[in-house]
Amino acid sequence: MSISVNKINKSYKNVQALKDISFDVKPGELFGIIGPDGAGKTTLFRVLTTLLIPDSGNATVSNFDIITDFKSIRNSVGYMPGKFSLYQDLTVEENLNFFANIFKTSIQENYDLIKDIYVQIEPFKNRRAGKLSGGMKQKLALCCALIHKPTVLFLDEPTTGVDPVSRKEFWNMLKRLQLTGLTILVSTPYMDEAALCDRIAFIQNGSILEIDTPNAILNHFSKKIYNISADNMYQLIESLKAYEHTYSAYPFGECIHYSDKRTDLKINELYEFLKLKGLDHIIIDQTKPSIEDTFMALAN
Amino acid sequence: MKLFLGFVKKEFYHILRDRRSLFILFGMPIIQILLFGFAITNEINNVNIAIFDHSKDITTHKIIDKISASSYFSLNKLIENEDDIESVFKKGKVKAVLIFERNFNKKLLTNEQPKVQIITDATDPNTANTIYNYINAIIQSYLHEINKDVPVVYQITPQPRMIYNPELKSVFMFVPGVMTVILMLVSAMMTSISITREKELGTMEVLLVSPLKPIQVISGKVIPYVFLSVINAIVIILLSIFIFKMPVQGSLILLGFESVLFIVTALALGILISTISATQQTAMMISLMGLMLPVIILSGFIFPIDSMPLPLQIISNIIPAKWFIIILKAIMLKGVGIIYIWKETLILLGMTLFFVALSTKKYKIRLE
Repeated sequence: MSISVNKINKSYKNVQALKDISFDVKPGELFGIIGPDGAGKTTLFRVLTTLLIPDSGNATVSNFDIITDFKSIRNSVGYMPGKFSLYQDLTVEENLNFFANIFKTSIQENYDLIKDIYVQIEPFKNRRAGKLSGGMKQKLALCCALIHKPTVLFLDEPTTGVDPVSRKEFWNMLKRLQLTGLTILVSTPYMDEAALCDRIAFIQNGSILEIDTPNAILNHFSKKIYNISADNMYQLIESLKAYEHTYSAYPFGECIHYSDKRTDLKINELYEFLKLKGLDHIIIDQTKPSIEDTFMALAN
Repeated sequence: MKLFLGFVKKEFYHILRDRRSLFILFGMPIIQILLFGFAITNEINNVNIAIFDHSKDITTHKIIDKISASSYFSLNKLIENEDDIESVFKKGKVKAVLIFERNFNKKLLTNEQPKVQIITDATDPNTANTIYNYINAIIQSYLHEINKDVPVVYQITPQPRMIYNPELKSVFMFVPGVMTVILMLVSAMMTSISITREKELGTMEVLLVSPLKPIQVISGKVIPYVFLSVINAIVIILLSIFIFKMPVQGSLILLGFESVLFIVTALALGILISTISATQQTAMMISLMGLMLPVIILSGFIFPIDSMPLPLQIISNIIPAKWFIIILKAIMLKGVGIIYIWKETLILLGMTLFFVALSTKKYKIRLE
């Protein structure tokens, strides 16, 4: 196993940030930790990158123990913290050189690993890191985390605050990196990114709710999901919450995602109910459950 | 080694690209030394005085001539009635008024001991005292002059001789003090800020998850500042030699060695501060409040330690600056060698080792 986590607990003063976390990541796997802000994702990353000591439990990264063998881990992993952590007053090239240097390597030595990403920021290599756009910053940070050819790559919310186009590019890069045999642990609050991982773990309030491949997780979801929209969205969700057969109803994009307690929902009945509530232009369609629907169901 | 040099290079980039730290590093020392050297002084020059002469005879005229001829005083006003005395003080025109009593010359010749009253504006007590002493000295010297043919029995003549600073230049006292303050400030504050900046920006997280050892991070942070502080010390010494004619009686090599020792003490203190503060702002506040004030007030820079209350005298012993000022004065003004200051040197060395040991113990290899 590339990463093996066994019953990790970690508390801060009065919050338990991680509760009995256990999972394994296979070599070469792209493993996603999916959860909302404050779920414990960053704490988990800091424990695995030896920055924090867990209260109990143990874990290994590349078969090194995170407590007793932390030095070996620090030598061999790449870590990109959630906050942009490069030197803003150094240029792109200086940053990359600096990180290559502290890992006792050089840009030339591992150039092929970062080439695909670096060519995109190379035109700006004399620009200071602080003056780059969000997507550029992430690419540079990724280059810096990769420059020493790590065995495991830890990416803590790499796409938060990045525009959709850059996000997509970033995930394409991760997929390409995975082909080189690199193990990647990535966290994200975006459910749409979860589908791009080999396996995902849902995390909420410090506990893991479910670990599986994205497809298997979708199949776990037994209920049918309906897309509902109407002229007054606020009144629509209030009415649905008041409906006696409602299992769940939450906003999803421009519609409401609705699931029913019964196995066979009569669409007409629901339509009439909503009509009675004074709603108009009501559209009800069945749709495929997404990762987000699964998460909402699990988190309930 | 290459790894370490890369780190040092990065630190130099940080310093040279930040205008604020460049100003603190090089602007402040020059401004401070010039300010202290020129503006802040205990000497008096051209103090305005007024005279109320009831006698207007040959003796009082001679005394007045002598006083106004000196460069210390300039005669601003002759007062003719009692009421004016208060009004000239209130207007702030003069700092002192001399009142000669009636029949001054006559009384002097008949050995009746005529009186001259010296009224000084004591809103500034030090100046008032100095004015009184200067006027007194001028009158005494006049007395000597007129008595020089008269044999006086049983007289003691004190013969003052001020050594190490015969002209009593206050700049001699300020230069060691300012040099101490600047080295302390630059070394301790700048290092503590530069280490906490890494924590605040999150780059410390990345540095921790790397093969860099704590000792490499810390020494990489410290070395640029040792280098820059040495340049600062040289600039200050050159300024004081060429602008203020401050002598360096002792060995320059010893002076350099002691300065480097003190710089290292201050840097160690800076590292210690950075281990206990999470943000740049905290580090700056601790450096300013915790270092600047004691260094200025308790080091003997401005206020003599001997005249402090006993508890403060005891506290002053733990201020590294106190020992460095003693060393600086001894080398620059007295020209002594290491045999006379080995004790102070040893104390500084001990403090440095203590700070280094404490900060190594406190340096966190993980996040808290």
